[in-house]
Order: sequence, then C-alpha cells, then structure tokens
Amino acid sequence: MFRNIGEIVLLFWRVLRALPHAWRQRQKVFDQFFEIGNASLLMVCVLSFFIGAVFALQTGPALAQHSLSSAVGGVVGFAIARELAPIMMAILIAGRIGSAMAAEIGSMRVYQEIDALRTMNINPIDYLVLPRVLAMVVALPMLVIFAILVGWFGGAVVANYNQQLEIPFAAFFADMKDFVVLKDVGNGVFKSFCFAIIIGVVSCHQGLTTIGGPRGIGRSVTKAVVNSIVLIVIFDYLITLLLSIFLK
Amino acid sequence: MNAANNSASGVGLVVRGLRKSFEDQEVLKGVDFAVQPGEIFVIMGPSGSGKSVLLKHLIALETPNAGEILINSEPVSAPETAAKYRMALVFQSGALLNSLTVGENVGLYLTEHRLKTPEEIQQIVVDKLAAVGLKDVVDKMPADLSGGMKKRVAIARALVIEPQLILYDEPTSELDPLSSVVVGEEILRLNQRTGVTSVVVTHDRDLAFGVADRMAVMGDGKILIIGTPDEVNNCKDPEVQSFLHADFKRESKNKKL
Ligand SMILES: Nc1ncnc2c1ncn2[C@@H]1O[C@H](COP(=O)(O)OP(=O)(O)O)[C@@H](O)[C@H]1O
Ligand SMILES: [Mg+2]
Repeated sequence: MFRNIGEIVLLFWRVLRALPHAWRQRQKVFDQFFEIGNASLLMVCVLSFFIGAVFALQTGPALAQHSLSSAVGGVVGFAIARELAPIMMAILIAGRIGSAMAAEIGSMRVYQEIDALRTMNINPIDYLVLPRVLAMVVALPMLVIFAILVGWFGGAVVANYNQQLEIPFAAFFADMKDFVVLKDVGNGVFKSFCFAIIIGVVSCHQGLTTIGGPRGIGRSVTKAVVNSIVLIVIFDYLITLLLSIFLK
Repeated sequence: MNAANNSASGVGLVVRGLRKSFEDQEVLKGVDFAVQPGEIFVIMGPSGSGKSVLLKHLIALETPNAGEILINSEPVSAPETAAKYRMALVFQSGALLNSLTVGENVGLYLTEHRLKTPEEIQQIVVDKLAAVGLKDVVDKMPADLSGGMKKRVAIARALVIEPQLILYDEPTSELDPLSSVVVGEEILRLNQRTGVTSVVVTHDRDLAFGVADRMAVMGDGKILIIGTPDEVNNCKDPEVQSFLHADFKRESKNKKL
C-alpha cells in the first residue's frame, strides 16, 4: 500500500486544485452528503451509544472501587470526545461509505464510464472525486459531534443504572463539565476532519486505479477499506502527538 | 464530402508510426494512415488485432509508446487540441453512465459544460434519440436497455457533441439487421449533414462497404492494405481475402439437396 502513497498525495493535491469548481458541483456534493447521512445515521447512533455504555461499564466500577466515582463522568466524556468517537466513526464510515465509493468509481473505471467522461472533456476529478471528498469532509465531523453526544448519553445511562455506580444523570454531566472543555470536542472534530480526507481520497484513488475487470472491483473495495483504516490509525497517533505539542 | 470546406466541420487526421505495448505484448506495431476532412474511413480486421486500442489513441485516451497522431496538424494529446476540436468516441460497449438515466446520459456533455438551458437540452436529447430510432427511453436506466439499444444511445450521446471527428467502435455489433441499417444510415447522414470526419471500426461487411469512402484492413497490429472499397475488395493479399470472404462452408450440404 505504501507504494501508492505518492499517488494518493497527488490525487489529494489535484482535489485541492479543483476546489474552485466546488460551487459548480454543489448539487453532487449535496447528493453525496445526504447519501452518507442516510446510509450511516442509524448505525452511528447505535454504535456510539454502546461505545459510551461499554466504556462506562469498564472504567466506572474500577474508579468507584478507589472512591473516584466523581471522575467517571470526566473520564467517559474525555475519552469519547477525544478518541473513541472520532476513530470508531472513521472506521465505521470507511467500511460503510469508503467501500461504496471505491466500488462505484471502480465499476465506472472497469466499464469505461470514466473513459467516456474523458472523451466528453469532463474531468473525473471535478465530476467524481471532488464532490465525494467534500461531502465526506462535511459529513464525518458532523456525525462525530452527533456520536459524541450519543456516546455521552450511553455512558450516563450505564452510570445511572449500574448497581455499582448509581451516579445520577445530573451528577454525571456536572462531573463531566468540570473536566471536559470545548477544546476536547474540537480536538475530536479536527481529527475527524483529517480522517474524512483520508477516507475520501484513498477510496476514490482505489476506485480510479481499479484494473482487471469486475473481479478487480472487489479487490479495490477491500484495499480501500483496509488502507483507509491503517492510515486513520497511524494519523490518529500523529495528530494526537502534534496537538499535544502545539495545543497545551 | 463537399461540406468539408466549412470551417466548423470535419478535421483531418494523420497517424504516423504508431506503436503501443501493454507489458510485454506489442498490440500496435507501427500503424500509419491519414483520413481527409469529411471522409468516412472504415477499419476492418479480426478480433484482437488492436482496433479498439487504436481508436482510444485517436482520442487521446491512451498514450502511444512511439509515433504521433495529428488532428489538423496538431498533436491530439495537447490540451489545446481537446479544447479546440470536438471529438467523440462511440464505445464498443456503449459505456453509458449507469447511475444516470438515458436522457441524462445523452445530455451530459451539454449539462456539464453549461452550454444550453435545461429545456433546450431536453429537446436536443429527444431529437438525437429519435435520430437513432429510439423513443420513450429518456427516463429509463441504462441497465434496463438491451445491448443494441445502449449502443444507439451511445451514438445519440456522441451526436449531441456535434463532433468534428467521430470514432465508432463496432457500432452495429449486437444490433439486429434492421437497427444496423438505421445506424448505417445515421453514420452517412451525419457525415453528409455536418461533414464530420468519421472512423468506423467494424466486422460488419455490409456496413463497411455501405459507408466507406476508403477502408483499411488490420491484422495483428499492422495495417495490411488501405484503399477504396473496390481496391480492397480486389486485393490479392491472402490474409485480406480470407478475412473479407470468410464464410460458412455450406457447399457440400447444398450439393446433396
Ligand atoms: N488496457 C489493456 N491492457 C492490456 N492489454 C490490452 C489492453 N487493451 C487491449 N489489450 C490487448 O490488446 C489486444 C487488442 O485489443 P483490442 O484493440 O481490443 O482488439 P480489437 O481489434 O478486437 O478491438 C488484445 O490482445 C487485448 O488483450
Ligand atoms: Mg474492439
């Protein structure tokens, strides 16, 4: 996969240069945006609720044993906003939307639809890649904000009803407010913005370079998802490192 | 051919020393020919002889390993050439965009380049579909059409561009005999109406001899002969003869009857 990094960076550069055409393509950006929302909102809801719930279930009793129940809200809120929501949603969207993008563009490549666009002087970057990357860059951060809220709620539900914790909702969120600041949410949203670029560009690149007929489409889909996830995890570390250095 | 002097119409095409290899397989082994503005030039040849690859080079979808392609003396791969001359390729498979309706496919060039209002585009789409003998398909999806219908939609999509050079890749394969005649007539009519330079790749001998001003026969990445239909038909080259006159051998059976 690392052989393709150069090509992926080049594609990203070409998308940036196509940005002035974004307004012309706004209809396609909206279409893609709603497709992403439609396909993923319910899954995001369920997934983030249970991530918040299981995280509270794992950490809560351990903290309570050391009479740190007042830290549960803070720990859950902090971990979800900064780490769990951005990375889990990115992986979910890579699997659900990145795969679909690679499959769609890959089949257009294999069935010569992209060649047909080129003969009509329609730039595939403007027509296919730009709207998808833009929609992803807008949609994923919004989904992550939503996931953070739902995840907090999931944690609060467990904290409230778990026999060992029994922290009321009001106390849970008050503890969280003392510990988690807007910067933590901003941090998570910024990460998801970077992940969105990775998913969009990697999936479109994989689609555009599909070879070997219909069987190649399957290979491209797998590679798009795997490469996206690997890059997301690596960049998660790098971004966290940079933010911890520059934003004390 | 007489419309060729009109500046808006057909362009001249020159191919010199064209070579192309995919990995270790040499597909085009030095192809040379020239097509005059407004001419209908037919290329015949067995499957796998490199005809589709050649057509993709003519519209700059592939880059050659050696040789050059000139449109009115300008290299086809230069960005200015693509902007200056309107060229269209009718793909062997049609290559319609499967996510768009037939009407959106046919109007795509005009819509994307904002050349007409939506109402004008709708009218043009209906007209061009009618020109290839299709009606009531505007709102259908390509997946719901037969192979032959897709190909005619692809021709309509090319007509919308009002090209100065049009390339047809086996336009009548998959078509019933009646539709083949419609397509052949449309190739001729478009050429006579606009003076478009036309290159037609086909196995269909009726179509080839019906539309060609001049023709070439390809074999194994090279051009075996170029000439008028009569010259090609009377060519003594055994490879050309065996291709042009290949037929089922029914004589023995007929004799018994
Ligand atoms: N993109 C490609 N990569 C590798 N080989 C190709 C490619 N396109 C065509 N070929 C090969 O080139 C040869 C000629 O193909 P083609 O031009 O499609 O033949 P035809 O004359 O039937 O249209 C075939 O052997 C085909 O396998
Ligand atoms: Mg072919």
